[in-house]
Amino acid sequence: MTQPDTPGDTGRSGNHRSGGDLHAAALADPAMLRGLTQARFGRRGLLRFAGLAGGAAFLAACGVSGEKKDSAGADAASFWKDRTKAGTLDFANWPLYMDVGSTDADHPSLDIFTKETGIKVTYREVIQDNESFFAQIRPTLAAGRSIGYDLMVLTNGITLSRVMQLGYLAPLDHARLPTFAANASPSVKNPTYDPGNAFTIPWQSGLTGIAYNPAKTGREITSYNDLFDPKFAGKVGMFGDNQDLPNLALLGIGVDPAKSTPDDWKKAAAKLTAQRRDGIVRKYYDQSYIDALAGGDLWISMAWSGDVYQQIATGTNLKFVVPAEGGLLWTDNMCIPKTAPHPVDAISYMDFVYRPEIAGMLTEYINYITPVPKAAEHVPADLAKSTLLFPTADELSRVSRFRVLTTAEETVWNRIFQPVYQS
Amino acid sequence: MRRRAGALAPYFLVLPGGLWLAIFFVVPMAVMLSVSLQTGNVVDGFTQTFDVGVYADAITTYDTQFIRSLIFGLIATVATILLAYPMAYWIAFHAGRNKSNYLFLVLLPFFVSFVIRTVSWKFLLADDGIVLGNLKDAGLLPADFHVLATSFAVVAGLTYNFFPFMLLPIYVALERVDPRLLEAADDLYANRRGVFGRVVLPLSMPGVFAGFLLTFVPATSDFVNAYVLGGTNTTMIGNIIQTTYLTNADYPLASAVSFILMAVLLVGIFVYARLLGTRDVLELSAR
Repeated sequence: MTQPDTPGDTGRSGNHRSGGDLHAAALADPAMLRGLTQARFGRRGLLRFAGLAGGAAFLAACGVSGEKKDSAGADAASFWKDRTKAGTLDFANWPLYMDVGSTDADHPSLDIFTKETGIKVTYREVIQDNESFFAQIRPTLAAGRSIGYDLMVLTNGITLSRVMQLGYLAPLDHARLPTFAANASPSVKNPTYDPGNAFTIPWQSGLTGIAYNPAKTGREITSYNDLFDPKFAGKVGMFGDNQDLPNLALLGIGVDPAKSTPDDWKKAAAKLTAQRRDGIVRKYYDQSYIDALAGGDLWISMAWSGDVYQQIATGTNLKFVVPAEGGLLWTDNMCIPKTAPHPVDAISYMDFVYRPEIAGMLTEYINYITPVPKAAEHVPADLAKSTLLFPTADELSRVSRFRVLTTAEETVWNRIFQPVYQS
Repeated sequence: MRRRAGALAPYFLVLPGGLWLAIFFVVPMAVMLSVSLQTGNVVDGFTQTFDVGVYADAITTYDTQFIRSLIFGLIATVATILLAYPMAYWIAFHAGRNKSNYLFLVLLPFFVSFVIRTVSWKFLLADDGIVLGNLKDAGLLPADFHVLATSFAVVAGLTYNFFPFMLLPIYVALERVDPRLLEAADDLYANRRGVFGRVVLPLSMPGVFAGFLLTFVPATSDFVNAYVLGGTNTTMIGNIIQTTYLTNADYPLASAVSFILMAVLLVGIFVYARLLGTRDVLELSAR
């Protein structure tokens, strides 16, 4: 509990950060219990082995031949012509990524949507990580059949680019998205990975930066180079993936990922390899870094803003910083599979969540960065003040997007960076 | 007619299992072989090019992880033998009426998911956790001592997780040793060491052999322990296959690595069977 325990705080029933005795509240308030457990099973819970269930797709891989569709030619007008509301919406999302009411199955913001539109929402938290979800749905989409979802949430990056390149997404009809046009933050409009928001609009975003325990590091952390300090040898965590790690490393050597060349990639990788060789890195982490950081196995680590916010909210002494060299802004995006049976219902929901009061309801529970800046007026003051949820203009000016890779570049990229984190 | 049906009976017996294996083992293997000889990517599609260069690529790129997996697997297997044999011996010969209770106790942890058990090690062995934290506070360990994120942690995790696969076959082999043989050895003036070395141990070797197979093969291709308990320079070949397949979507390379792993394990096991003398083992187990 880092927030001051002001009288105003206690008035917010149902909010898991409400004031008072943490333990008593934990027993009394299911929302508080969730708040405590949330960080442990963070929403990017990459229990990758769970994803192997999608391994059935392996078989289908053999039948792949020339699936590439010309997505640029996808015509929104012809897709949306003659489509009508069905009154049903099947929504695939990540765990802990929706506001929750009195029971876990109760989602107040979805209830409001159903009440207003008459559209019944079947909400499923089936996405554990992008790659394995893609492996699961790809054969079905390739066969032109419905995957059973009208709306799904994918992170910008290699998987989303693949889905777009393969022509699996419905082009968006922006005439049906007036609330998005009115309320979305400029920082998420027209992103590099989806120019003109042709296929996606953001669900929530987060920052990749550095988190540290000031009691252990003994000093303020400001720079990417602090991750290379021999004083922290064996207590430094890095991400073991082919997006956050390489892109932050490029920023760290002063290169804009978007303009980087394979030579820059090699330079960034060489610096990371030296860091590992010198015994500075403890391990290349996935979501589990946050427990290691909270438990003291790590003193300093690459980190996602939302996880750190949740840890701070439950009383852990951690700080999050966007390094001077720059951080990364990633976005989870709503998109409609081309084969979706109820696309009109899906797009009306996509627009609905851009209402500031609805966005506020989501932010209050999810603790990531909302694409709707005005949501700040609809959340408790301590949340609205947090720069982890509502980053300052200065912080946003220092963040970059993941490098968008062509398929050929991706092979080179993986060959350079995979040996770093899988040694 | 009747005679012919009788002659065919063994084939009918083998049919369900055979079909099962054909559909769920042989067909996927053939598909995997075909995939490994394709070229392309997931966006543009893959075409059958019969390019065997991917196998060379797989070996030169991941030789470290191949060798490390075999070493980790071997150490873990030998460790399970050293731990499981005395325990199986004790349960088989000295546990009396409580044999099944002790076996149940050994198996009890395995009613909990493999992943959960491994993850719980992480909490137990955290640098400032219940075990190490207290030992450090007591001054018994240096402050920077840690177990997690080391090769030792991975091998220990493998040993723990595959322990019952070693214990059970050894136990079964020991259980079947006829007590009259031990008495006979006794009558022939064998001392206790002689009874064990010349009667019990040879009779239990089929169990050790079976346990070796059941432990070494999955331990070598395991990826959960390295993933959860490992650190830098502990990546095993299973982790490589997973990343290559799921993250990089490089299906040909992933298939090639899998095939090489399988080939190495098969060759290793044949050599092992030869050295140990399969004939004796088979004969013994046939008794």
